[in-house]
Amino acid sequence: MSEHGTTLNIEKFGSASEAKALSAEADDWTLIIRPQTGWFDLHLADLWRYRDLVTMFVRRDFVSFYKQTVLGPLWFVLQPLLTTLTFTIIFGNLAKISTDGLPKILFYMSGITAWNYFGECLTKTSDTFNANASIFGKVYFPRLSVPISIVISNLIKFAIQFGLFLVFYFYFLFRGSNIQPNSMLLMLPVLLLLMAGLGLGSGIIVSSLTTRYRDLRFLVQFGTQLLMYSTPVIFPLSSIPEQYRWIMIANPMTPLIETFRYAFLGTGTVSWGMLGYSAVATLVIMTVGILLFNRVEKTFMDTV
Amino acid sequence: MSETVIQVRDLSKRYRLGVIGGRRLVDDINSSMARLLGRQDPLAKVDLLPGADKQKAARSDEMWALQNVSFDVEKGAVIGIIGRNGAGKSTLLKILSRVTAPTTGEVRVKGRIASLLEVGTGFHPELTGRENVFLNGAIYGMTKAEIRDRFDEIVEFSGFEKYIDTPVKRYSSGMWVRLAFAVAAHLDPEILIVDEVLAVGDAAFQERCLGKMEKVAGDGRTVLLVSHNMSTIQQICKECIMLKNGSIHKVGAPGSVVSEYLSETRVATNVDLTQWQDRTGNGFAKLSRMAFLNADGEEAGIFPIGTTICFDLETTYNRELIDPLFEVIIHDPAGEPLMHLRSEHDGLRIGKVNGRTSVRARVDNVGLYPGRYFVSARIAAGGRNVDFPRLCGSFQVTPSPGRHGDLRLNPKWGKYHLDSTWTRGDQ
Repeated sequence: MSEHGTTLNIEKFGSASEAKALSAEADDWTLIIRPQTGWFDLHLADLWRYRDLVTMFVRRDFVSFYKQTVLGPLWFVLQPLLTTLTFTIIFGNLAKISTDGLPKILFYMSGITAWNYFGECLTKTSDTFNANASIFGKVYFPRLSVPISIVISNLIKFAIQFGLFLVFYFYFLFRGSNIQPNSMLLMLPVLLLLMAGLGLGSGIIVSSLTTRYRDLRFLVQFGTQLLMYSTPVIFPLSSIPEQYRWIMIANPMTPLIETFRYAFLGTGTVSWGMLGYSAVATLVIMTVGILLFNRVEKTFMDTV
Repeated sequence: MSETVIQVRDLSKRYRLGVIGGRRLVDDINSSMARLLGRQDPLAKVDLLPGADKQKAARSDEMWALQNVSFDVEKGAVIGIIGRNGAGKSTLLKILSRVTAPTTGEVRVKGRIASLLEVGTGFHPELTGRENVFLNGAIYGMTKAEIRDRFDEIVEFSGFEKYIDTPVKRYSSGMWVRLAFAVAAHLDPEILIVDEVLAVGDAAFQERCLGKMEKVAGDGRTVLLVSHNMSTIQQICKECIMLKNGSIHKVGAPGSVVSEYLSETRVATNVDLTQWQDRTGNGFAKLSRMAFLNADGEEAGIFPIGTTICFDLETTYNRELIDPLFEVIIHDPAGEPLMHLRSEHDGLRIGKVNGRTSVRARVDNVGLYPGRYFVSARIAAGGRNVDFPRLCGSFQVTPSPGRHGDLRLNPKWGKYHLDSTWTRGDQ
């Protein structure tokens, strides 16, 4: 390519002897930059060091969201409310899909609240590389801090929607509806953790793949929608014929939604085996996601 | 005894041009199907560079932006990195900043490294100045506690205590940059890597940036500075690396490396513009050649201050144009426009033109301070931009004796020399 193309240049500032003495003396380098490192070189310690950045991102996402919209945080409440209403009318009253004998509003709202958390985590994290290309091109920080902050910001949104759900929930509870809160409520943090993990894992898998396949981006919205219909959000798992039920159960979100609903309402299909399967699937998807993401983040800037 | 804080060994970086811009999933499926069926990949790149370095550029869609670059930097050194566009400066910087990974080789760093490829990265318009200081600081790796400790200093440095709780979308762009630089200036790294983008902004701001960098360097910290601005390099740096075609071309004292760099490009006295990439325009005509001539009409690249420069512009027309306007813009070493010569100002009415024309702009008694200048040329017609190749030529102005002895021209205090007449008024 050039007349200097293959010449090896080793230049030293300062005397060579000094440098030699040093290289023998010390190996206390604080940072080593190498080519595409191994699959398992994850720099997770770095991520911990940048934990303040994660909180700053969370704050930024939240503040900028409510500052930019007229209705502000009201949107967080309005969206599930309208969706619940739509589902109640269309699926509940017109299509008359079973809700396992539960109050329709609570049935749909519990599904939507839980699903929204997962869905938002998935769609938002799946855009990590595209949405942050300009920052990623200028400064290094552990890239994983972005999707992790997204998962946490969504937790705030979830808390608000969950509060809304609780309002309806207690209303129905005091009116004496046929609902039985039970000990599965203790699993709530675990369920949230698994949903966050699943959303994050699949989101970063998609985001890693979109750096190579741009058209995948457009599939995400649609894919998430499709996934929702293969999860018992608008119908109970029990309404699916026995021979097809395995398709639903293969979806790791299914046990999470069913358990979430069961914990509050007391009806649903729940088993520890299914939950265990979800946990393992989450772990696998997370691991694959982190490995892929880590792989892509090093050379992502070369492809934009 | 000084110690080595950055050790770069055999660093190379390859870009695959084929994957830039991403691929479609369909393309990959097509390619692998073709491979499976033993046919030729319908999307394979055609080899356009048969003469290229076969060993490394075995595939024509590969480009080596850096090749086997090795150097050591000692603690407290202030190193300038220069080179023409495409020489590998940005790539080296990106690797050192960990924005991208090298293809081969290794870099070892000792100490906290802060890399400023841009100021204000990640500023969010909806957040207040205060919030952005924290966000920006965190992006550059500071903890909340560290930022809190320096917050007052940062605000004081930026000079707007009053607006710190105002969303930055209400800031002017100048304020935005100042606040961003205030954060950058307080990163307090042991090793600072700076791109010349910091040289944007007004002169006072640039002076401040340079001052800060000199101070950082004076504190015994290590600075790597990439710049096109040769006076900055000579002002601040103690050592200089010149990159050329992805390899180290010359290392040494800034003076000698800078002059080597300038001599490399000094030959451009007669520039063929037909292949020039950085241009805009509607294509009705193309500026095809630009030449620099001295008072005797000879092509030259070096002009002593006070002499004559002629710019010859050759134009090839794709259609007839009426009274096109020609312009020459002279830029300083940082690319800032300094002079604007326009044919209409000087009364050239060329009438209907087609085919090929050549026009000449003559400037007598050039007062530009010694240094390197870049030139853009432009042709416009009917108020529309026809062709505008940017920064496509360069010339050098050298010192020369003035009418009353040597001119002492310090670029810190001026850019353009005017002859003036001084008299004593009290006699």
